[in-house]
Amino acid sequence: MPFFPEQASSIAPHVDALFTFILLTCLFFAVLVTLLTIFAAFRYRRTSPNQVGDTVEGNMLLEIGWTVIPLFLAIGMFAWGAVIYVNYRTAPKDTLDVYVIGKQWMWKLQQPNGKREINELHIPVNRNVKLILGSEDVIHNFYVPEFRVKMDVVPGRYNTMWFRPTKIGRYRIYCSQYCGTNHAEMTGWVTVMDPADYAAWLSDETGDVNPVSAGEKLFTQLACNTCHLPNGTGRAPSLNGLYGGQVRLADGTMVTGDEAYIRESILQPKAKIVAGYQPVMPTFQGLVTEEQILNLTAYIKSLQSQPVPAKGAGVVPATTGKK
Amino acid sequence: MAVAPKFPEKHYLNETYGIRSWLLTTDHKRIALLYLVSVTFFFFVGGFFAMMIRLHLLTPDGYMLSADTYNKMFTMHGVAMIFFFLIPSIPAILGNFLIPLMIGAKDLAFPKINLLSWYVYIVGGTFTLYSMITGGLDTGWTFYTPLSTVYSNSAVAPAVIGIFITGFSSILTGLNFLVTVHTMRAPGMTWFRLPLFVWAHYATSVVMILGTPVVAITLALAGMERLFGLGFFNPAMGGDPILFQHLFWFYSHPAVYIMILPAMGVISELIPTFARKKLFGYHFVAAASLAIAVIGFLVWTHHMFLTGQSTYAALAFSFLTFLVAIPSAVKTFNWTATLFGGSISFDTPMLYAFGFLGLFLIGGLTGLFLGCLGTDIHIHDTYFVVAHFHYIMVGGAVMGYLGGLHFWWPKITGRMYPEWLARIAALVLFVGFNLTFFPQFLLGYLGMPRRYHVYPPEFQVYNVMSTAGASILAIGYLLPMIYLTWAAFFGKVAGDNPWPATGLEWKTSSPPPTENFHVTPEVTWEAYDFHNRPDLGLDSPTGHPPAGAVPAHGHD
Repeated sequence: MPFFPEQASSIAPHVDALFTFILLTCLFFAVLVTLLTIFAAFRYRRTSPNQVGDTVEGNMLLEIGWTVIPLFLAIGMFAWGAVIYVNYRTAPKDTLDVYVIGKQWMWKLQQPNGKREINELHIPVNRNVKLILGSEDVIHNFYVPEFRVKMDVVPGRYNTMWFRPTKIGRYRIYCSQYCGTNHAEMTGWVTVMDPADYAAWLSDETGDVNPVSAGEKLFTQLACNTCHLPNGTGRAPSLNGLYGGQVRLADGTMVTGDEAYIRESILQPKAKIVAGYQPVMPTFQGLVTEEQILNLTAYIKSLQSQPVPAKGAGVVPATTGKK
Repeated sequence: MAVAPKFPEKHYLNETYGIRSWLLTTDHKRIALLYLVSVTFFFFVGGFFAMMIRLHLLTPDGYMLSADTYNKMFTMHGVAMIFFFLIPSIPAILGNFLIPLMIGAKDLAFPKINLLSWYVYIVGGTFTLYSMITGGLDTGWTFYTPLSTVYSNSAVAPAVIGIFITGFSSILTGLNFLVTVHTMRAPGMTWFRLPLFVWAHYATSVVMILGTPVVAITLALAGMERLFGLGFFNPAMGGDPILFQHLFWFYSHPAVYIMILPAMGVISELIPTFARKKLFGYHFVAAASLAIAVIGFLVWTHHMFLTGQSTYAALAFSFLTFLVAIPSAVKTFNWTATLFGGSISFDTPMLYAFGFLGLFLIGGLTGLFLGCLGTDIHIHDTYFVVAHFHYIMVGGAVMGYLGGLHFWWPKITGRMYPEWLARIAALVLFVGFNLTFFPQFLLGYLGMPRRYHVYPPEFQVYNVMSTAGASILAIGYLLPMIYLTWAAFFGKVAGDNPWPATGLEWKTSSPPPTENFHVTPEVTWEAYDFHNRPDLGLDSPTGHPPAGAVPAHGHD
């Protein structure tokens, strides 16, 4: 049996290299201390019943040495680990976004074109993939050992994780945050495919509803469209260009229009009020399911390229966004 | 030396008789024995659950227990072991018995509060046992919300109430220790003459007093959310499940130091005694205990690197986690350096000290992999974590506890345990422990998640090894339980100071009288000083008997 799982993502070799560095450093100290202990136990073993040891009480140089040297090594490990972690927490721009909903005890996944899967994830090799993770009940954790990545799936908020698969194959998905009775059976498979195979798989007819059109329908059903007029003349700001844009809030601060902001605005509309608007929107907490939120989000994302009205958008035009 | 040691006529065990004299005692030594019995009971309750877990994991397909039963087994194993065995073990048993003796006091500062803390422990333990018997508990010992407060169908409320109550026993014990060390030291017992066991308990007491109220309030909030539907942590009611984790780990990470610091204190007694040499760098080891207690409060979100918390918070907490590793490293180096130039014997307590050194070394170093952000992404919530904290808590804390129990058993009972049987048991424990938990590091890096009642077949080899090790480990725990009990009644009479050791507790009879010392002792020597102690009857460093030496046991 091997000691390392297969390296199937771009981050895996980095995690393994850091692991090996820490392992070798630790082995050096462990072997050193063990050999010294064994040596001392033999060399200084008691040879007569009333024998006592010497009068040495300490050594300042040694104390400083074995405080400072481990400190520097520890800072080195910290820094290397920090680089990998920051890179992992900062997703690149050009990602393939897959929505993942965890619920007791299954994974529901949805491709950008609306194709749905349960406990299966198909992705193309060598493409940056971002998972947007939400939970319908308790905390779960999406974990693929061959990719060396995991992230908690927390109810009430979105987490994201990204990776770039580098090897075609099938790898296990685990839930690694204890989530109740069948926690151990909340598993599945990632299939990493050749991009052409992926495209063919993706276009295979399945009868799934496109999340954008589903979201558009909901947008009307829930009467969102009565206030959020696209031309900016409604009681609520236009959502054109919201996704990825900068929104100015009533308190003067700026917030990025991402999945988490959109979700919060649907469930807790009073949390962040767009500058120039009254807090009149009702909460949709309990009225929409996690999947419906995802559909609404997908629809709002699709408005990204729509023209932003000069007035009544809430979104600051990209050129002055960094003001 | 040739004179056989005599058993004292009057001592704390035969001062009074009857069940009332035990249940209403305010003698710290008797209270320590009450704790010994109750804590041992919970150890075997927790041990039974552990055995069920290991037997069940022999095969990948979960042949023995249902998913729910398995989940209850690991949850109740954790709850029994952490809250009712590890946290009280060394402080409430050995600390309670020894701190007044070590500093030359008649008792703890508040003897009645000491008894109260035992009753509080028993009441809390009863609630938790009630939960275990009536439906069990399946939330994991960490009680993560909203699983524990909304979704679990098990007896969460009584367990939470039990742990809430038991926390106060910790707080009272910590308070008692702090006041005792501050106000009741014998003449000449300066702060830097204190045994490091006392320093370690001082640091532990600070953590108990500052940390335990936080877990109490956290569990109270969780209990109210479960019983009355208040939305503190439930996101459907606007609560924040991650807030629970912050509050929970604010106590539960320092709680790890409540478990390991006293064991480090024991090791700091054993190594100088059996190397017959002053502890190398006394001041640094004492300061390291305090440093661990302080920095230990500033590392809690390293349990939460993958909850989606802010990247900056993760960076800060990872850095602080590496800092807290340094004082532990300093202690390990000082213990090792003490061996050099010593006169080392291999009595059972010293074997436990060697065992502690090896296992704590592995446990401490593997903590670096988890505190490091880059590697934690992969090994968080896998068996790597399980292996790591068992190396610290079982390899470290339990080895320290058993080493201390053997070392002070002659003082507690006045009788020696069977030496060769004890050495064999220590060896069995060491081998069994490593066989149980080392394979779990490998399982973890291969990606096996924790708390799985079934697992992919490729992980079976290491799981079988682990279960085999656990069987050996079980024998290693049963042996001391049996022969220590036997020795308490039938062992060879020990005498006041059989090793001999330098601490004040060895200057009184074994077992000690109820008032500990007939005359208030006066301390004129430094800790672990074997050279200015003619009363110990040892050679001088040059190999000649010291000037004015008197035969062992001939003084007084």
